[in-house]
Amino acid sequence: MSGEKHTLWAVMREKGYSRRDFMQFCSFAAAAAGLGPNASAAVAKAFEKKARPPVVWLHFQECTCCSESFIRASHPIVADVLLDAISLDYSETLQAASGHAAEKCKADTLKAYDGKYILLIEGSVPTKENGVYCTIGGRTAEDILQEAAKGAAAIVAWGNCASYGCVQAAKPNPTGATPIQKLVNKPVINVPGCPPIADVMVALVTHLLMFGRAPELDAQGRPKEFYSRRVHDTCYRRAYFDAGMFVESFDDDHARKGYCLYKMGCRGPVTYNACSVTKWNEGTSYPIQSGHGCLGCSENGFWDNGPFYRHLPSFPGFGIESTADSVGVALGAVAAVGVAAHAVSTNIRKRKLIHEQVAEAVKDTPNSEKVD
Amino acid sequence: MPSRHLYRRIYVWELPVRAFHWINALAITVLGVTGAMIGKPFSVTYAQEASFQYWYGTVRFIHFTAGYVFLFNMLVRTYWGFVGNRFAAWDKFIPTTKAAFQEIVQVLKIDILQVRGTGAIHIGHNRLAGLIYFITAFIFGFQALTGFALYASMSHSVFGKMAAWVIPLMGGEMAVRQWHHAMLWFYVLFTLVHVYLVFYHDYVEGRGTTSSMVGGWKFERDDLLDR
Repeated sequence: MSGEKHTLWAVMREKGYSRRDFMQFCSFAAAAAGLGPNASAAVAKAFEKKARPPVVWLHFQECTCCSESFIRASHPIVADVLLDAISLDYSETLQAASGHAAEKCKADTLKAYDGKYILLIEGSVPTKENGVYCTIGGRTAEDILQEAAKGAAAIVAWGNCASYGCVQAAKPNPTGATPIQKLVNKPVINVPGCPPIADVMVALVTHLLMFGRAPELDAQGRPKEFYSRRVHDTCYRRAYFDAGMFVESFDDDHARKGYCLYKMGCRGPVTYNACSVTKWNEGTSYPIQSGHGCLGCSENGFWDNGPFYRHLPSFPGFGIESTADSVGVALGAVAAVGVAAHAVSTNIRKRKLIHEQVAEAVKDTPNSEKVD
Repeated sequence: MPSRHLYRRIYVWELPVRAFHWINALAITVLGVTGAMIGKPFSVTYAQEASFQYWYGTVRFIHFTAGYVFLFNMLVRTYWGFVGNRFAAWDKFIPTTKAAFQEIVQVLKIDILQVRGTGAIHIGHNRLAGLIYFITAFIFGFQALTGFALYASMSHSVFGKMAAWVIPLMGGEMAVRQWHHAMLWFYVLFTLVHVYLVFYHDYVEGRGTTSSMVGGWKFERDDLLDR
């Protein structure tokens, strides 16, 4: 692809989309980015006039589920156009080029579009043993990251790996897996999830392409429009939670009736994501709708908060089956036994003192009758 | 032969201190029971449609309300530590002098080794109890902080917002929930030991420890009151 003024509209025309398709896409993009219906005209203008910034998509320690999610975005044009446009620059999984040609392609983009390209990162970066656990083309992940991050206009951390380290960073984190935000000296847009929701990813990329800047982020660097509410707050089973109607076992009648999965360890109340609003696979369903509790995959350290099917995580240092409650009950029992033993021992060891006090009190009482 | 002692009646716990104590006891009980129910809800009724019942929401509402009571009660008591009488003063909770530490050793001897005490024990909080309450106050604060941090995501409360910074600090809401839940057991243990020790001291010392939290009066040997 030439480096000329290459707009999204031009890409679409090349691919044979009509003006109507384009306008439809613009209104969808406006809606996805959280803008009102009137904004689609502005979006169309931006996509017609603005040159599309090139996108570099890096893969480090990950399972490519973020890419897999991305290509399943609801709107076919979004997936088609954006993905085709993206893959042209650099994406190990999806680009046509390979080997030295691919590396050269990336190097060219980084050089030609210095300070302009959007950097999308999938996966965490291992830092132990000088980063030997993840090397691409003979270079460590951190080396590649630092080089690409230097001239990036925006950096997006896809998924829980890039945002928080995910399973690689779970205890004991043998490779020293580190999230992107801890390694680069620039603001990072975190889009956590394992994987993130396709439509959320597309909406974010659309936003970046459209406005050339990041959407409003929260303190943890997540786009507020998708991560400001808990899965629990928008869950269609919420009424069962407030009514105190819970699934007690996955094969009981309550599970069949679709009651709240809170007691089955659902992490919805502690997880910030848009699952219960946008849902997955073209709005088909999401885990809770399919009868399985939320695992909290968009939360920091969710692998270490197991077991997934229990409300309380294991209590650190007391074995895998212990919860705060089992430790508490044991301590309570010890204390109760201790108190009882103490009470018995008091009556033995302090007998003399108590007798003296009673005797003294009796002596002080006027007209007292003799008490033994 | 036991010697004959004169006892004097001393007004130790002023009304705000007694009120704090019982409001606190009530709030902790309500918070503990509702908290345990929130952590592990039991089945009440499944006979009706969800839209006709709200018991779990009510339990949570009571927990949040009691949380506010707990917090403000604690703040009032902290204030009273600066304006109340000498038994309620803040410095009674922090041992700094040599005598204070000697008293702590003394109380440990009486309570754990169960030997007869030789030195004087404070008529208000003994120094060990004072220290324990000082540590407890931090745990109260921790519980209020984590509680309001968890509350932040479901309310527009200013107190919630003020505590929300705890969540990223502790590594997510799951961790905050875990510690907030674990601390429930601190209260269970504390209540058990606290109530027992009150009875124990009342029994072996005969100074009216138990009733003092109702009427405010304690009794002390005249010859020990020179302090």
